[in-house]
Amino acid sequence: MKAASSSPDLPEERFGSSRRRRLLMPLLLPLLLLLVWGAGTELGWVPPQILPKPDAVAAAALDLLHTRLASDLAISTERAFGGFAIGGALGLLLGMVNGLSHVGEELFDTTIHMVRTIPHLALIPLIIIWFGLGETTKVVLVALGVFFPVYLNTFHGIQSVDPGLIETGRVYGLRGLRLFAKVILPAALPSILIGVRYALGIMWLTLIVSETIGTTAGIGFLANNAREYMQTDVVVFLILLYAFLGKGADMLARLLERWLLPWHHAYSPSRRR
Amino acid sequence: MHALLEPRVPLSIPTAAVPVSPPFGAEVAGVDLHKAFTAKLAVLRGIDLKLAPGEFVAVIGRSGSGKSTLLRLLAGLEEPSRGAVSIDGKPLRGLHPDVRVMFQDARLMSWLKVRENVGLGLKGEWRSAADEVLHEVGLLDRAGDWPSILSGGQRQRVALARALASRPRFLLLDEPLGALDALTRRGMQRLIERLWQLHGFTAMLITHDVEEALALADRVLLIENGRITLNEPVPFPRPRDRAHPGFIALRERILTRIHEEE
Repeated sequence: MKAASSSPDLPEERFGSSRRRRLLMPLLLPLLLLLVWGAGTELGWVPPQILPKPDAVAAAALDLLHTRLASDLAISTERAFGGFAIGGALGLLLGMVNGLSHVGEELFDTTIHMVRTIPHLALIPLIIIWFGLGETTKVVLVALGVFFPVYLNTFHGIQSVDPGLIETGRVYGLRGLRLFAKVILPAALPSILIGVRYALGIMWLTLIVSETIGTTAGIGFLANNAREYMQTDVVVFLILLYAFLGKGADMLARLLERWLLPWHHAYSPSRRR
Repeated sequence: MHALLEPRVPLSIPTAAVPVSPPFGAEVAGVDLHKAFTAKLAVLRGIDLKLAPGEFVAVIGRSGSGKSTLLRLLAGLEEPSRGAVSIDGKPLRGLHPDVRVMFQDARLMSWLKVRENVGLGLKGEWRSAADEVLHEVGLLDRAGDWPSILSGGQRQRVALARALASRPRFLLLDEPLGALDALTRRGMQRLIERLWQLHGFTAMLITHDVEEALALADRVLLIENGRITLNEPVPFPRPRDRAHPGFIALRERILTRIHEEE
């Protein structure tokens, strides 16, 4: 029985020499693309108006970095996470209420599913009429986009908690808030975090679109502005920046999972049951 | 038997604060218990039973015979359609703090470490209480582990520790060893017997394994079609010798009795 029990020194083998490999492999394809891009533009296969040279993009990046990029990034981040906080909190709350109470589910769930089928970006005209062209519109749009994935996954996560575990909690004297905190919420957490991860992706997407409307700051504005002046190098740099922001949001979600789900077998030192 | 399979239970040391003079175990009674989930389908049809304080009763029967439903009624997890359950003469209404259940699947909370699982629902000095039972089941050294890295047998021992942590006076065991391999089963049976002797709770074990029932119980009940059709005292001294001719004879008699019903 002792031998069958695992010790945390198992994963060592998986790191070590293969660790460098695991870090390098994902970078191979982007590097190759960069090479093809560089060769294609240097050799004149692609005209610079269609795709600028990599060094031109780098120069545009440096130029932006030295001037206004930091403040634009700050504004965009504020809008993004402001909307995320509002939409996420609402989704979490409503998902919990409807997951726990039949009345809540009956009252809200059908309507939410109906509204969900409307692409939230289709509401832009209406939201502009309601909230004008200012900051509110951007935050509302992001909140709207973030709400649904968080709501759906919270609701589903809470509804699919193993009834046997809830029963066990009750047999052991847990009820009300203690039952929720010790059993229901932790059991639903993996599903909730999937919603959060998905929502973080939607957050950037919505933000970029919303920043093409009535603003003079933010990375979405920068891209739109660069298009008007045919600054292809800036546009390409900003597209690359989106990729990094998306990756960053994804890493944030993973970090959150690691922190909140230390017990989850996928993250524990040994993957065995 | 392998030394590591032997749980370390101090047989000579009595646990703290268990009054011996009035019996510790609960007196459990069910009178005319009926349970029907639909109008047509009656699972239990008139069960009368009484468990003396500290008695160990095993309930055997085929799947679908109603034995698990009986357990759920006695645990207060479900209400009988007719009849009543009483604990120490008082009618049982819903869950009872002196009654604990151990299920076939360990039902551990994978987000709580072993010690927190055992201490689930305990109040006050729960850590020391949890450690004490973990020591009794021989798993104190795994108190800080996640349940996911334990073996099936270890998980069931944690579940047993959790069931005993609040010092219940009536313990219900719903086929707790059904999913374990034969060797681990034997070890667990010894452990359950010793802890029962140590604590003195009243116990009811649901099992489909006649040998297990005879190894552990003072009395074996057979349930068929929602009724008790056999009430057999088990007279052998403990720990029981499964190779004893009397043990084998009784086992065969009960098995034959079950097969006759077909």
